[in-house]
Amino acid sequence: MAIKKFMFVNRKAPYGTVYALESLEVVLIGAAFEQDVSLAFVGDGVYQICKGQSTDGIGMKNFSPTYKALGDYEVTKLYVEKESLEARGLTLDDLMPLVWEDEDDDYAEKPSIRLVSSEELATVFDEQDVVLSF
Amino acid sequence: MKYSIMVNEGPYTHQASDTALAFCKAALEAEHEIFRVFFYHDGVNNGTRYTVPPQDDRNIQKEWSKLAEAHDIDMVICIAAAQRRGIMDADEAKRQGLDGDNIAPGFRISGLGQLIEGGIIADCQLVFGD
Repeated sequence: MAIKKFMFVNRKAPYGTVYALESLEVVLIGAAFEQDVSLAFVGDGVYQICKGQSTDGIGMKNFSPTYKALGDYEVTKLYVEKESLEARGLTLDDLMPLVWEDEDDDYAEKPSIRLVSSEELATVFDEQDVVLSF
Repeated sequence: MKYSIMVNEGPYTHQASDTALAFCKAALEAEHEIFRVFFYHDGVNNGTRYTVPPQDDRNIQKEWSKLAEAHDIDMVICIAAAQRRGIMDADEAKRQGLDGDNIAPGFRISGLGQLIEGGIIADCQLVFGD
């Protein structure tokens, strides 16, 4: 089967609606199909990969640890829109340190998060074959 | 052009399903192909035959079923999303020990792999949602 470039665009906060959780389920299936998968986090979507999430008291599962497993599924390109972070008073330090192991470089841990401007993100979008937005 | 469609919102609450339906009709009229329509999130609620809108309103579920029948379109409801929201076919209802199913004609229940496959096979994948 052909390999296409799939981009999953995460636009919503992790809790309050089910979009983020169900998006992550699609991402994992996309990776299982051995497609070239990228993720983008824009708008409130940047909250999905914030550190220190706790769902105590809201009755929803804290699924944020799943993002740490993405590297093992060879999902290594997580684009975070700089403007969205800044607008929410966040910096890279507020995000989970998501990494992947590079087989070709003695399994060195490399960061998966790529901080990009909206203009740079537009270029990344342009290169995709399939864009699914959540 | 071969299209694959994703519908992410339920009927009536949101315009997404109506727009997707209108797009599919227009695409077919223009002799394009709809490879698959995949229903996800609350979009799975488009596929219950227990939908009974007031008589002076459109019946979105029936419109989808009619379209599927007329053009032999593959309409897939995501199983994980469907189970959360109580959309069942006969096999699934039996497996879950439930007393009935509610899936509408023309729809079938399957996995998320069908969505990814749609993206791989189609020339263009369109998402209708919020």
